[in-house]
Amino acid sequence: MNNTFKKIFIKSFVLLFFLAGCVGQSGRNAETVTIWHWMSDRDDAFNELAKRYTEETGVNVKFDLYAPSEIYSQRVKGAIQTNTLPDIFGVLGENQDFASFIQSGYVADLTEALNAPMDGATWKEAFFEKALAVNEFKEGNPHGVKPGIYGLPLDVSTIRMIYNKNLYAKAGLDPNAPPKTWEEFMEHSRILKAKGLPGFVSGFGEIWMLDALASNWAMNLMGPEKVFATYEGKVPYTDRDWIKIFALFKEMADEGVLVDGTVTMVNKAAEQTFANERATYAFNGSWCVNVYKGMNPDLDYAAFLPPLISKARPMKIWGGAGSSFVIHEASPRKEAAIAFLKWLTSDAQQVYLAESTLNLPANKNAVKEISPILSQFAGNMDHVVHPNVYPVHEKPEVREAFDKGIQSILIGEKTPEELAAEVQKVKGKALKR
Amino acid sequence: MDFQKVRNEVGNYVFILPAVVLFFIFSLYPFFKVFQLSVTDWNGINPQMNYVGLANFKDLLTDNPVFWLSMRNALNITVLALTLQNLLALFLAFLCDRDIRGGNIYRVIFYLPPVLSGIVVGLIWNWIYDGNYGLLNHFLEFIGLGDLTRAWLADANTALLAVAVIHMWKGFGWGFVILLAGLQSIPRELYEAARVDGANSWVVFKKITCPLMIPVFILVSILTILGTMQIFDIIISTTGGGPGYHTEVPITRILQTMIGASKFGYACAMGVVFGFVLLAISMVQIRVSKMMRQV
Repeated sequence: MNNTFKKIFIKSFVLLFFLAGCVGQSGRNAETVTIWHWMSDRDDAFNELAKRYTEETGVNVKFDLYAPSEIYSQRVKGAIQTNTLPDIFGVLGENQDFASFIQSGYVADLTEALNAPMDGATWKEAFFEKALAVNEFKEGNPHGVKPGIYGLPLDVSTIRMIYNKNLYAKAGLDPNAPPKTWEEFMEHSRILKAKGLPGFVSGFGEIWMLDALASNWAMNLMGPEKVFATYEGKVPYTDRDWIKIFALFKEMADEGVLVDGTVTMVNKAAEQTFANERATYAFNGSWCVNVYKGMNPDLDYAAFLPPLISKARPMKIWGGAGSSFVIHEASPRKEAAIAFLKWLTSDAQQVYLAESTLNLPANKNAVKEISPILSQFAGNMDHVVHPNVYPVHEKPEVREAFDKGIQSILIGEKTPEELAAEVQKVKGKALKR
Repeated sequence: MDFQKVRNEVGNYVFILPAVVLFFIFSLYPFFKVFQLSVTDWNGINPQMNYVGLANFKDLLTDNPVFWLSMRNALNITVLALTLQNLLALFLAFLCDRDIRGGNIYRVIFYLPPVLSGIVVGLIWNWIYDGNYGLLNHFLEFIGLGDLTRAWLADANTALLAVAVIHMWKGFGWGFVILLAGLQSIPRELYEAARVDGANSWVVFKKITCPLMIPVFILVSILTILGTMQIFDIIISTTGGGPGYHTEVPITRILQTMIGASKFGYACAMGVVFGFVLLAISMVQIRVSKMMRQV
């Protein structure tokens, strides 16, 4: 190798080394629509659909998986800083995060595309209203986002109570009659315990699950208005209704209803526990149908609404869009991205996704062929609420104190009254900011 | 001016230029960026960030008891790691320093836990600690100590200790390798001379091994402190910081503030304060070690 060649080689190497890090969107294949997601259980199905789309249209589509969801969130936030967001991605986290993405100009407004006529109807009409609502910002929303629909739901999730029919029968209980009220739930739990059968499990180590269950009961006991008034700071957490909600968890702990270790269990471990018949009850989302099928295909279970605390109001449960995609506002392939999402959310593809991943489809027309257990999760959609569509939201630090405090009640460290006072203190501090 | 000399001088610096550039980009820039962000209210998404002065630091130092609780938890684990973990590592290093049969196999076995992923280790220990079907409870029942069985990771009295045991199990191999290398670097002649002079094992340890091992002890203890205070993956895969705040550590608080509450600016302030605490602990330790060396 002569000296000139050596110099050229070294200089080229150094140049390429530094330029490699600077490759942004321009470095990507201009013809390929890129999608980032976190749904490892759906990755195979997505890749199959991408292949079919390319065969049908000639447009290349590439799904990039970043899992688990925490890693995905970091990836997206990192991409914002380096201006390397893909054409299509999902926004995880709080509603305020979604609002920040929109206000910072990273998310396209899809209202016009959704309202445009398509095969005698509009694209919007194909979706469950509740699923679309999670991605919609209405006039006067608390974040000041321009009204519009900014995301497209892929599937619908609801979070409910589940019970093991086999263990119910073993306890001498009617396997087709799950508890409807709190009193019945506690009575059935006592019977199960007396027979040496396991109780209730949930991924309470992931504190949002505690939040979901507690807010279901709060909405039932005091109604949405009072819950929202609490979030606004007009009703204190020391109100007797909130103390009653906390007391439910204390009662469960005192009566030994919970499976040992539930308080720090992640949901995957809780799912394993329920699937292996080491718990009679679980509190879990509709995604569990797919999970349980993988863990124990013979598991005989059914879903029911969380037991009523008050018969004066219906039980509201968390639900809505399970996962949604948004389109990058600055994407040079925006139209191609919209066209792909139209195709992905159309009847045939939604049926394929529902069949292959056992998730509830977001497209109304694809629901006809779903399994009986999924139908149970799809029932009572009128009672479904989602924190993202609340008119007012609780501050993250208050919610953390609330959920962590319930963990403390479950381990017998705090009383409901002590927790109420503690959460109210955090709330007071948050209101002053 | 001697052009050739200047050219040679510059030529020398060119060789280290890539390393310097990389150091600036990947070490110095993020370091100063954290300081810059710590005085803002940035949420990690919006390009706009407002300068808030020292408000984040003020709140952190005066009105964030959970952060300081997490610091205390990490310190408790660190004290356990500094003592029990390193004593175990030293004991095993002593054993392997002798000519024992299959010594290399033991070395490999002891070094296995540190190379495993923290998440995997956490999941394995979840299974051991399980309140219903865990190996530990099964063993306790087998030896007639059934009264002690519990959900080890969900019990406020045992959760932190249980996590510390996992951390020590995973971490003792590092100390073992470094201490063994230190022991093997001590000239054998010194031991032989001491034996000839009639010194017993304890005297040999006190007068020869310990003084010569002080630099190694310092290194191991600094690495233990820095590694343990930054414990994170095991917590995430076992307790998630719970029950309540019983196993929260600074890094889980920083992550929760950054990702959970979208307060990047505040989280950076936490990172800065945490960094200073680590620096202070390390400096105190170096000072103490210097004093020990003089003694």
